[in-house]
Amino acid sequence: MSSGTLYDKVWNFHRVKELPGGSTQLFVGLHLIHEVTSPQAFSAIHEKNLGVKFPNLTIATVDHIVPTSNQERPFNDPLAEEMLATLEKNCKSHGIKFHGIGSNSQGVVHVMAPELGLTQPGMTVACGDSHTSTHGAFGAIAFGIGTSQVRDVLASQSLAMKKLKVRRIWVDGELQKGVYAKDLILHIIRHLGVKGGVGFAYEFAGPAIEKLSMESRMTICNMAIEGGARCGYINPDETTFQYLKDKECSPKGQEWDKAITWWRSLASDSEAKFDDEIQLDGSLIEPTVTWGITPGQGISIKEKIPNPESLPKNEQQIAKDACKYMNLEPDNPIEGVEIDVCFIGSCTNGRLSDLEEASKIVKGYTVATGIRAFVVPGSQQVAKDAKSKGIDKIFLNAGFEWREPGCSMCLAMNPDKLEGRQISASSSNRNFKGRQGSANGRTLLMSPAMVAAAAINGKVTDVRKLLQK
Amino acid sequence: MKHEFPKGEIKSISGRSFVIKGDDIDTDRIIPARFLKCVSFSALGEQVFADDRKELKGNHPFDLDQNKGANILIVNDNFGCGSSREHAPQALMRWGIRLIVGESFAEIFFGNCLALGIPCLTAPKTEITKLQKLVDDNPKQIWDFKLKDSTISNQKETLKLNLEEGAYKMLFSGKWDATSQLLAEEERIKNTVKNLPYLNNFKQ
Ligand code: SF4
Repeated sequence: MSSGTLYDKVWNFHRVKELPGGSTQLFVGLHLIHEVTSPQAFSAIHEKNLGVKFPNLTIATVDHIVPTSNQERPFNDPLAEEMLATLEKNCKSHGIKFHGIGSNSQGVVHVMAPELGLTQPGMTVACGDSHTSTHGAFGAIAFGIGTSQVRDVLASQSLAMKKLKVRRIWVDGELQKGVYAKDLILHIIRHLGVKGGVGFAYEFAGPAIEKLSMESRMTICNMAIEGGARCGYINPDETTFQYLKDKECSPKGQEWDKAITWWRSLASDSEAKFDDEIQLDGSLIEPTVTWGITPGQGISIKEKIPNPESLPKNEQQIAKDACKYMNLEPDNPIEGVEIDVCFIGSCTNGRLSDLEEASKIVKGYTVATGIRAFVVPGSQQVAKDAKSKGIDKIFLNAGFEWREPGCSMCLAMNPDKLEGRQISASSSNRNFKGRQGSANGRTLLMSPAMVAAAAINGKVTDVRKLLQK
Repeated sequence: MKHEFPKGEIKSISGRSFVIKGDDIDTDRIIPARFLKCVSFSALGEQVFADDRKELKGNHPFDLDQNKGANILIVNDNFGCGSSREHAPQALMRWGIRLIVGESFAEIFFGNCLALGIPCLTAPKTEITKLQKLVDDNPKQIWDFKLKDSTISNQKETLKLNLEEGAYKMLFSGKWDATSQLLAEEERIKNTVKNLPYLNNFKQ
């Protein structure tokens, strides 16, 4: 059993009661909702004649279904329009703040909430979305929940949950030039496996993590779930406080100082006990790309697509499936694999610094012939900031499309989709079969800078070669 | 076909079963993302495993005549991984699944199933392989699941399954519907709120 970790401390602050089934009733400090997983939860509370207990602790936005080319209402897709209208109605009738289209604060829920300063250290954050782990970057305990738990949180601002074990992942050294947070997390998932984290919260710590910006930290925690860990977190420090200072919903004045004192006290103690500890050297990590159909099937850009026969027994079948589905030849290098579509965006890598890093690669080049490349900012705020820095122009001049904020091709519940067997270089988080909207479409996950490099060369490229220009 | 959804105590389940083979079957496969665009769950039953079924053109286990009306699913390792979407267990439930047995389940999926009153039980790989063979050899046989001793049996063979204690208690007592339990604790919730610095201007 862990003790003295941030996870333990935050857990204790929010514990309401031990429930008979062995789980704990946990209070939720920040509940985020979006159009996909909330309508059924609202219907459920309506059926039971229940209200929303703490409407001020629930915040809504719309992201999954929004078109990114034309956001005029009503949407062309009547189903998408219906989902948005349902959310609007539910928010209105329950007094929930809704950051809708045209509000300047709309965006992918895991991008817009931190931006507004809604996510703060020491909170419990829940959302009907598995990438809620993102918010752990602030030293919050943040986790995805299912629709019936969304119902529970609306009704009671609490949910029944089992305490997780805590694994500390200590990363020494420093990421090299051309290596980003995305590479680090893909590397971790590759080595611990897509279910290595089941039953665990991941604490990411160590010098390499401390040097990361908040946005990079969000990328890491975002994909904890891809490694099976329902939540991932990083202890709050000066970087965290700097980011939060003067954000719209951050504490102000005297409260700010008191807040910092409390936030500091939450970090895992130096003698904290973890259920498991792992250590790795961040400076050895290279740009990493997935070649298969699970986020754990990643390799460094210098490696060859593994031969399924050479893998441990329990990975062979899925590796064979993956080679067949991806139509990639084992023992061939991943570098040079030709691609069709390039997507920069999502709650993993749709933030300002992601677009900025990618734009540095793109500058002065054009997208290779036949490649469709597009950038989808994670939020209205990201779009605005990027425009004020001229980042949109860099992409547009290079032949990228520049879109309106939303989840876009991360999961294709909107018009942005792969077609047929198309293969994408994508800065998103999931490469499952059919994830990007075509039942047999293919996805290679990588950092946004690597996606940019792929767009320019029309094939998987070691971004470091372009950085040396 | 209309199905009664699970309610109250869930102590036994009987019916025919069938197998979905493969490790790491994620929720995108159980219900592809395009079907998430709905404001009610009612149509999801027909869309379960839509893409896999399309690929197999009528030969997918969920399409085979012999499996119509079956209510027990036998799976492999890490079933239900990936997205937390509750549409996945909803789709399975609305198709008619009432019990899932496998080597292991993704955590959120397990919780989502439990919240619908669908038990997910595990057994070691060797046992699951054996069970899958028995089921494949005779898809017509009826299996009886008894929660009390966590077994599944076809009269001749009885397999011992595992279920964590918390889930067991919730199913046994019929208290897998969490909302009512949570709402009972109003006073304690108020106390928790009182002691949360960020809801009290960070007063110490
Ligand atoms: S960007 Fe992708 S992973 Fe993130 S919330 Fe949207 S669909 Fe989910």
